[in-house]
Amino acid sequence: MFDIIIVGAGTAGLSAAIYGLRAGKSVLLFDGSSYGGQIVNTPDIENYPGIKHISGYDFATGLYQQAKELGAELRIEKVLSIEDLGQTKKVRTTGGEYEAGAVILATGARKRELGLPNEKALVGRGLSYCATCDGMFFRNRIVAVNGGGNTAVEDAFFLSNYVKKVYLIHRRDAFRAAEKDLERLRKRENVEFILNTTISALKENEGGLSALELKDKEGAERELPVDGLFVAIGQSPDNAAFSSLVELDEKGYIVAGEDCLTKTAGIFAAGDGRTKAVRQLATAAADGAVAALAAASYLDEEPR
Amino acid sequence: MAAEKLRGSDFEAKVLRSDLPVLVDFWADWCGPCKMLSPVVAEIAEEAKDFKVYAVNVDEEPELASRYGIRSIPSLLVFKNGEIAKQSVGVIPKEQILELLK
Repeated sequence: MFDIIIVGAGTAGLSAAIYGLRAGKSVLLFDGSSYGGQIVNTPDIENYPGIKHISGYDFATGLYQQAKELGAELRIEKVLSIEDLGQTKKVRTTGGEYEAGAVILATGARKRELGLPNEKALVGRGLSYCATCDGMFFRNRIVAVNGGGNTAVEDAFFLSNYVKKVYLIHRRDAFRAAEKDLERLRKRENVEFILNTTISALKENEGGLSALELKDKEGAERELPVDGLFVAIGQSPDNAAFSSLVELDEKGYIVAGEDCLTKTAGIFAAGDGRTKAVRQLATAAADGAVAALAAASYLDEEPR
Repeated sequence: MAAEKLRGSDFEAKVLRSDLPVLVDFWADWCGPCKMLSPVVAEIAEEAKDFKVYAVNVDEEPELASRYGIRSIPSLLVFKNGEIAKQSVGVIPKEQILELLK
């Protein structure tokens, strides 16, 4: 029996652990792969207040060490379901069953996938969700970036420094990305915009991804040979397992306000997995603090 | 603590001609997820009995990375009898890595 179980050991989850432990509560964290969450993929963090520059890995490791030294325990197990028993919550994972007085869902978000049948099999064989991680393997090759937001435009610019050719494929003709970044990208001679177009299929040969099947808004199809594809079409949350306990919005985010309270007493939501306007490192950490202190006062108020 | 570093010149002898299965971790210093995975791989290396474990730095051994078509890191490759038997991309838990070796 733990006071607080935290689902997800990213920035929100680890921040919640620190605040929960400092409030005198016992804390158990679960994560399906490791600590750190999405920030681990970021090479340079330059917008976290008080820290001029740090790598995502160093930030995540520092946060994890801090939580661990306070007494947090992290188990690499995927949470399968949570049952509300009133006074306590039963958490079932790939490793067993656990009970806690309160649960904080810090499930975060992951890169949205295209949803094409052979997509998963092509990851690491030409298809990537992280240009800064994998871009160097495509030096002097032909690549495509899919998306119309800041990440897609930044990725295309980053890649244009190394590769022979970048196609930026976007399903509309207007971009959500910052105009300044778009202008910078348009000046690159090795970048070509393919607008009002979606990717309808991924072609492969024995070496991996070989071409994209494209479809424009008139329905015309064509094949585009590429060595690599970087998918940057946004993020999606991972909360389906908890849909009976918390309300999810149409995109799957947990409906909760800045107070991190969900519709179920004793279940809190923190970080990118919650409905919110700004998803930043600083707001994830803030959510962690708010949710943990809310959980602590919930545990202190409820007679149990 | 990390798994033993593998040089391109030793690859044939230590991996392709190994009698035991070999787990090879392709990584780089600038890759955050790689640094998450390395300690797990190191732990497996320390406990390894019936297989070998090596780490390849893709910046130092670009030729090896390109020969095995590495286009995303961290990449784990399991070699058996000189051939790739299993492959995995990204950070995965220890149990899943051990599963690759079975």
